[in-house]
This record gives sequence, C-alpha cells and structure tokens, in this order.
Amino acid sequence: MTLLRVEGLAKSFKGLRAVDDVNFEVAEGAILGVIGPNGAGKTTMFNLVAGAIRPDAGRVYLAGRDITGHPPHRISAAGMTRTFQLMRPFYSMTVLENVTVAVLAGGAARRTARTAAAEVVERVGLGRWRDAPTEGLPTAALKRLELARALASRPRVLLLDEVLAGLVPAERAPVMDLLEELRTEQGVTLVFVEHIMAAVMRLSDSVLVLDLGRVLTSGAPEEVTRDPRVIEAYLGEDPNAET
Amino acid sequence: MTQTPDRAHAVAGNGGGVVSGDLDDELEPGGEPAPRAPLLRRVPWLRVAIVVGLVVAGIALAYLRSGSGVVVMQAVATGVLIGGVYGLVAMGLTLIFGVLDIVNFAHGSFLALALFLTFWLVNGHGVHPYLALAVSVPAMFLLGMLVQRGVLSGAMGKPLENQLLITLGLSLIIENALLLFFGANPRSVALPGDRGVPILGAVADLSRVLAFVGALLLAGLLFLLLQRTRLGTAIRAVAANDVGAQLAGIDTRLIYAVTFAIGTACAGAAGTLVAPLVTIEPTTGALFNIIAFVVVVLGGMGNVVGALLGGLIVGLAEQLGGLYLPGQSPLLSVFIVFVLVLFLRPQGLFRRAA
Amino acid sequence: MTTTTTREPAAGRVLPRQPWNRHLIAIGILGAVLVPLPLLLPPAQSAVAVRVLIFALMSIGWNIMSGFGGMFSFGHAAYFGIGAYVSAWLLVERGVSPWLGMAAGMLVAAGFATLIGFLALRYRLRGAYFALATFAFAEMLRLWAINSDLVNRAVGYHVPLRPESSWWYLQFEPGSANYFWIALALTVAAMAASVLFLRSRAGQFSKAARDDEDAAAAIGIPVMRYKLYTMALSAAVTSVAGAFYVQYFLFVDPDLAFGSSVSIQAILPAVIGGVATVWGPVIGAAVLGPLNDITATILRNPPPALEFLQGRGGLDVVVYGALLILIVLLLPQGIYGALRGRWSRR
Repeated sequence: MTLLRVEGLAKSFKGLRAVDDVNFEVAEGAILGVIGPNGAGKTTMFNLVAGAIRPDAGRVYLAGRDITGHPPHRISAAGMTRTFQLMRPFYSMTVLENVTVAVLAGGAARRTARTAAAEVVERVGLGRWRDAPTEGLPTAALKRLELARALASRPRVLLLDEVLAGLVPAERAPVMDLLEELRTEQGVTLVFVEHIMAAVMRLSDSVLVLDLGRVLTSGAPEEVTRDPRVIEAYLGEDPNAET
Repeated sequence: MTQTPDRAHAVAGNGGGVVSGDLDDELEPGGEPAPRAPLLRRVPWLRVAIVVGLVVAGIALAYLRSGSGVVVMQAVATGVLIGGVYGLVAMGLTLIFGVLDIVNFAHGSFLALALFLTFWLVNGHGVHPYLALAVSVPAMFLLGMLVQRGVLSGAMGKPLENQLLITLGLSLIIENALLLFFGANPRSVALPGDRGVPILGAVADLSRVLAFVGALLLAGLLFLLLQRTRLGTAIRAVAANDVGAQLAGIDTRLIYAVTFAIGTACAGAAGTLVAPLVTIEPTTGALFNIIAFVVVVLGGMGNVVGALLGGLIVGLAEQLGGLYLPGQSPLLSVFIVFVLVLFLRPQGLFRRAA
Repeated sequence: MTTTTTREPAAGRVLPRQPWNRHLIAIGILGAVLVPLPLLLPPAQSAVAVRVLIFALMSIGWNIMSGFGGMFSFGHAAYFGIGAYVSAWLLVERGVSPWLGMAAGMLVAAGFATLIGFLALRYRLRGAYFALATFAFAEMLRLWAINSDLVNRAVGYHVPLRPESSWWYLQFEPGSANYFWIALALTVAAMAASVLFLRSRAGQFSKAARDDEDAAAAIGIPVMRYKLYTMALSAAVTSVAGAFYVQYFLFVDPDLAFGSSVSIQAILPAVIGGVATVWGPVIGAAVLGPLNDITATILRNPPPALEFLQGRGGLDVVVYGALLILIVLLLPQGIYGALRGRWSRR
C-alpha cells in the first residue's frame, strides 16, 4: 500500500526552479533513498514534503490524505516526522528531556512520557548519554538524538536528512543497523536523503535520483548507480565516494 | 504556523537583523545566515515613489479632515523641519545597529546628555547655542568611544538581550544621573535673534529651520564620510560582513568603537540643534529614543539613507496625526505607523521584500 | 556490531528525579518562613517588604514569557497597567471588589497578550523587532489612557477610602500586616504557578519552542498555540501585581501603570536574579527592593562631599542601571543562575 505519494511537486526561488515536477511513491514499510549531486534540490524537496516550505505546485499525500502546504506540526501529527541535517537539539534540556518533549508532543500522558522516552533513548543507543545536557555532546550522539526525538513522536514515515553525514565510518554502521531494525521491527517507512552511497546501496529498496531539481531516474539501487545519466550528473563527483 | 518562505526569512533568527532571503538561505534552512545587506544601497525609485505617494495622500486626507489649508501647511512645515532632526538622530542609531548589531536603548540619553551640555554651555558660559556643537559633538564622540570600548565590547557577539540590557542600564544611569545633578525642573535654551520665518504660507521658528538645515548638513557629511572615505568603506565592509572585513585586514574592533562613537556624536549634534526647540528635561531623551526607533524600523534597520527619509515621514506623521486624531497625543499616530510598518514591512519601507 | 550491544537494560537505571516537587516544597517553606516578617520589622521596613513582593510578582510574570518562553518583552507595563486600571475602574466606577477586579484584570491582560502575541507571531517578529513591538503596544496604551475620558485621562484613579478595614475591599489601616500577607500569598501562588507551568505540557512545549522553533514544530508541537498560552499566563501574573499595586498605594495614573519604567521594573529582578529560573525574579526583587530605600536615606542626609545632592531623586535608578550592567557582564546567568552553576559543578 502506498503510504506517501508526491505528485508534480515544484518550487522556484527567484525564478530558479529548485524543484521541478517531482513525482514518487513510497509503499508502507519501504525505504526510499534520495540522492543527487550538490544543489540538485534534495533539501528543498525534503522541506516541501515536510511542510517547512510551501510548494508552488504539486500535491503531497500521506496515507491518502492531502497534506500539501500543511504546517510542519500538523504533518508530524498526521504521522510523518523529519530530522534535521544540522542537529537541532533543545539545547537547554538533557537528552532524556529532549525525547520526553517529543513523546508528549506525540500525545502521550505526562505520567508515562518519561518512561517511554527512556525506552526510545535506550533503543537508539544513547543510554550512556541519557541524563547528559545536550550541550557538548559529540556529533554522533546528537545525530542519534535527532533520530530518537523523531521516533518518539511515533511516526509512520520518517524523513531523514543526511542522518549519517558527519559521522566517521565506524559510527555509521550501528545507525544503519538501527534504521533497518526500525523498518523490520516497527514497520516504519523511511525516506532518507543521503550523500553516502554505501548507505544508500545497503538500505534502500529503491532510489530516487534528483538533478537540477528534476527526477533524473528512479529504481532499484544497483540499476540506478549503473545508469549512465546518473554517472554523468555526478561527473567530477564520484557517486561511490565515501564523503 | 504556516511557514511561507518570504516571511520565514524576512526576519532573521536570534540577531533580529533583516536578511535578504536569497537562494542559499532557502535551499539550506538552518545553514549559514545570509550576509547582511549593505549600509548604503541603490535607491529603489519605485518604492520611494510609492512612499511619496502615500505621504501626499496623507497630506490630502489631512486637508479634507481639517478643511484648512493653512493648518495643513503649518503641520507639514513643522513636521518636515523636525523630521530632519529625527532623521539625524536615527541615522546614528541605525548605523550602530547596522555595524554592531546592537539595539541601542541609550541613544536617547546621549541626546539628553548633549541637551544638558548645551544648556550648561549656553546659560553657564554664554556660548552661542550653535557654537556649542563644537563641544558637544566631539564630547559625545569621545563618550561613545569610551562606552563602546569599556562596556559594550564585553558583550559583542552575546545574545541580543545582553546588549539590549546593557544599553538599557546605560540609559537608566545617564537619565537619572542628569535627574540627580540637575533636578527635574524643565530648562530651556534661547537662541539669540530667534523669530518666525514664513515658509510656503506657514510660519516656523528660525531655530527650527536652522535645526533642520543643520541636521541635513550633518546627515550629508555622514553620508559622504560613509561613501567617499577609507574609514567609510571600512565601516561599510564591517557592516556587510565583519569576518570578511577582518580577513581583509580591517581592525574591526576599532571600527566598532568608531562607529558607535559616530552614532553617539549624531545624537549629540541633534541634542544641541534641538536645544532651543524643546524643554530640557532628563526624560526628553527618552522621547527622542522612541521616535528614533520608529524611524529606524521605518527606514529599515541598518539603512542610513532610509533613516533620514524615515525621519521626515515620522515628523509628518506626528504632525498630521494630530489632525486625524484630534485630542490624542501626536505620538499615538507615530506608534500606529510604527506597528503597521513592523507587521507589514519589517525590512523597512525602502527595501525589497525578501 | 549492532546497536543492541550498546544498549543497557532500561529497567536497571532509575530515571532522574524531577525538581518540581522540591521547588514547590521550597516555595511553601519560603512563604511560611516569611509570614511573621511584618511583626518583626519596623513599619517602614514592612513597606519595603511589600514593594519587594510587588516587584517579584511583576517579574515572575515577565520571566514566564521572556525567560521560559524566550520572547523578550519590553512592554510588560501593558499587563501591569491593565491589571491596575481594570481593577481600579471596576472599583471606582462600579464598586466591584478588587478581588473580582483582579480576576477581571487577569482575563483582560491575558486577552490583550494573546492579541499582541498573535499579531507579533503571525508577522514573525523576533528579537529586537519583537521587543520593540511589545514596547510600542505598552506605549500606545499609555497614550490612550492619558487622552481617554473612559479612564479619567492623565488624572487616573484614587481608590476611595473606606471607614473601616475590609478583606472584601482589600483595604486596611495604613501599615497593616495584612497587605504584606496578601502580597506574600499572591507571590507564592505566582511562583507555584510558574513551577506548575514548567512541569506541564504547555511549559515543556514552550521551552522546546524557545530552544528551537522549527525542531519543535517538526515533532508535532503547535508552536504558535503554546507561545500564546505562555504569553497569556505571563500577562495574567503581571496584571495581578498591577491590581495589588493600586489597592496598596490607593492611586494609579497612566505613567505609573503603563510607563516604560514599569516595563523595566518587570525585567530587572529577573535579569539580576536569573532569567528563566524559578527563583531568579524573587531573588532579584529582594536585592532591588531595598535599594530604593537605602539611596533615599543617603540622599536625605548625604555625606558632606555630596551635600549638593540633598533631596534629589534618581540615585536609586542609577544604582539599578549600574547593577544591571555589572550583572549582565559578569554574571549573565544572574545571581541564582551563578549559584546553581557553582553548586552543580561540585
């Protein structure tokens, strides 16, 4: 069943078409990787889907409901939550408090929120940082916190914006494991923008390639990376580079 | 809260500064803030024309409301004349905001200090009111320099609230020190040979006309300083991008101090120029402070030319407002204009919407 | 290598205790300890104590919006003044009990705050722009009050004196300890309200929105709604200070109610005591309140070198200003914030 459907999404800034007629669908429980060279419009597309900016044209459907142009908090309430590429913790709070707020925002009762939050914190492997203030946490922990906070609001679709960027290779594997677990154990649908090809290849059921704001191609990861157009779009930027 | 991009980026986050929401900013929300717009920019003629149109409509409406051409002309003359002085005060304030990112609540009290300095020179030592400029301007320049180096430099780069609170503390100290030493009795300074001068069917005091002329001259000098001198270039560079300016070899700490001093000197000059026009009390500065803020927002925070034009508009709004809302304080109409501009055009009247 | 290896059993570790109950108990103890104060102090000092409490009440309100909510208000005079004027108007013009007037003032202040807040947030004012807008609204109220027949123009209101003391009309003989006890009860209630607010969903969401608005919205928090709640609560608390002020000093006019110095008085205690802390406003008020009295004493009988200052006013505010600058430069967390920081580092 299609959980997320995007039709003809478009957005221009000062006449420049950042996103132009983008269409895709994601089935429930599937993982879609979004790739493309720098400036391809990935982040803009992401912001359009998450409601951070309003599209000029096109529609976004979540579980059949039209959520185009809804504000982010309503999209999150409808079951789709995003993370931020640059980590944005609630800096005055500890890790647990950050996640507790998200659990509360998901509608949980105050009595049970902290226990539920503690479980999420453990689940993403942040246990040892649980009661630490977010100030001064290492990047790897902050990335996991982004993930924990998004998970705590119990989304059906998780939009991940470069959740692996800034991590050293040794830190990536556990996060990838976690993402796979989320899908297999909880049936969370994932859409993730990623530069790191190894992760895209490993996690994605299908891949969407954007270039100059348009969908260049989409399909299974192996097909897509062999596509000469994709290689050309990445010319000078090796698509398999571990950046 | 629906986040439409134009508004979303019209007002920047913590710094409160207006940024132009350019492409990078849109593509990467939460990324690096866009560099601030330059202090002096090309004149957007269309926008100026619209504003002039609005002003003319305002005058016409005032005529319909009051039914007397003389009354309206008098209001227009008074408004424009005092508006020039407002412009000068606001130029200093907006310069400080543009370069140092400080919302300076002490600006009005510097003006009050200059008022009392002028009073002391004129009534205590028999100095001609306009000769007092030769003392008040350098004195306020020096004071501004000291204040910036001594107090404000410690809070550079700190959250907006810190700087706001420090300047608030400064204004409390200055205003109440004046109260302490001079008492609350209103004082005045007389201009020798002051008389009414006919202007376009209205009459204005000579002191008012001279204050206007003086303010325009000083504003012109400031503009030339910013536009034509090396110092001005350095100031503009720091305003546009302080890190870049530092990399280019500009001593930004010096520029901060000098800019704050120039801004304060503007308040000082305005204080001396208006001394013959106003009742001199410790609280007089607060009134000018309020108006200067309105003017600065109107002209666009950090826009020096906008401040001068904004000053004229506020001067007019104050006088014409008295005709629209008889019985109400003229300041009320100033605030109404202020709030409308804050809501509808927070980037100022003369800048393109982001 | 999987995440499971890094997991620790959730049940094995106790969740950290939350500070709310400790705060509430401490507030209760503080209130109880202060009850006998007016019986111990000479009458002049009791008046200072009442002023401290009024300061505290104003600033507790300001702190909710500007500290916990992160929306810097430079116009809390609006809410103080609304509290003062609504209760004074109801009492003088309609004979309504000040207690009801206080409740009405809270409602009106909360409504006005919601209106201002909606406009300011709708048009996305932040930082300096937001502060200036709040300032402008307070000034507009002041200018309106000065020129409006509805509220007696610049004259303001005198509270009619009653022949005997009355709890219902909140009036006692001058210097009565009842004033102190009422102010104390109101302050304790306001502090408790700010703790309960922080503990609540609304408080948690407001703090999250203060820290990062977009991130808060992204996890499903309707930021605008909770910011408005926060402003409304903040305004209501500060309005109580205004209503009490009128009953205590028996007089109010537009400058006393809506003047910009009132807004500053709401800011100072919190900044000096510690912004965004439960205890900051009270500590700051306890520091600032007596200053006025001390400087007045100095100026009444100045030392020989300062003889020319005799009978002059303004010294207290000069000291406030200097203190404000010193605190911001040296203790940006405020007194309580600095103490707490030192404590927790140990």
